Amino acid sequence: MDLIDNLEAEVCKRVPPKAHVGDTVDVHYLIREGDKERIQIFSGTVIALKGRGIRRTITVRRIVQGEGVERIFPLHGPRVQEVVIMRRGKVRRARLYYMRDRVGKSTRVTELLGDKVRREREQDTADQAAQEAADAAAAQAAEKTVEANETDTEPVEV
Amino acid sequence: MTLILGRKRGMTQLFADDGAVTGVTVVAAGPCVVCQTKTDEVDGYNAVQLGFEDIRDKVSKKPLRGHYKKAGTATKRFLREERLSAPPQLAVGDTVTVEQFQEGDVVDVVGTSKGRGFAGTIKRHGFHRGPETHGSHNVRQPGSIGCSAYPGRVFKGKRMSGHYGAARHTVKNLRILQVDTERNLLYIKGAVPGPRNGLVQVRTAKTGVKKG
Repeated sequence: MDLIDNLEAEVCKRVPPKAHVGDTVDVHYLIREGDKERIQIFSGTVIALKGRGIRRTITVRRIVQGEGVERIFPLHGPRVQEVVIMRRGKVRRARLYYMRDRVGKSTRVTELLGDKVRREREQDTADQAAQEAADAAAAQAAEKTVEANETDTEPVEV
Repeated sequence: MTLILGRKRGMTQLFADDGAVTGVTVVAAGPCVVCQTKTDEVDGYNAVQLGFEDIRDKVSKKPLRGHYKKAGTATKRFLREERLSAPPQLAVGDTVTVEQFQEGDVVDVVGTSKGRGFAGTIKRHGFHRGPETHGSHNVRQPGSIGCSAYPGRVFKGKRMSGHYGAARHTVKNLRILQVDTERNLLYIKGAVPGPRNGLVQVRTAKTGVKKG
């Protein structure tokens, strides 16, 4: 593997947040207010996915008080905590820039339904559970090694 | 004395804690060996000469092989020197690693830019293009190159098409954002001349740095 790929693999999130163009998503974004940090949720439609690997970003568009607002989130950024898919969208374009010219009812995206979506969702939840289990196991293993190390060092200290 | 030789390995991006993204070039630099030191009395100026990356003897030129033998090091691929204002502190045979650089240091990077071959005036000098439609045939032509009977010639230095790139270039005042001493890597903010795996010199910035 190329050096740069290796370096990026170290920095990036192991499981990048999932999202598809046309989905309605909630982006959990960590913001700083003074010295306090809290999570702000930005919900809207994904109108574009760009980049590969660590450079992957999503553009989320929503209407706030009659005004269109778009935010671009780097999926591997440390401030993007989670991207929750609220609703899958049925679209026929890779970039939904035509949304920018639309207002009102015509900004809606048809929901993508069907077996495939259901299967994917089930797969995702299963993957997530597996990942969490693996993480927990890894944490436990790490704890054990720490304990083992402690017992090793004890006689030396005495 | 803060010169190091290395190879540009490519570009990536770094995330800051506040989520800001910075483009960086990763340079695999050093370890370099001091192959010669020059002093005012002997050579007329002070300098340190560094060698980078071992190669087979067969690949190098014979006189250079002698030079490395004298220094007691393996034959190197890349040999460059850095002028100093005072007699060098380092001795022949010392190694120079990325550890001499710190996060936040400002450096100049010298490399050989990508070769563009015989390039037109638009690419080479940033000339404007002519109209593409309305019967124009003057799309990427340079336009007029001078006047008529007076002066009756083209001025010297007139910018025209020709060979572009593959020349030594220095990018000044780039900031080091990260130093990986384990893998001998420097993360330098911004772009650096040359292709991936091109040889570069990284040195402390000579100008533009605020003292103190």
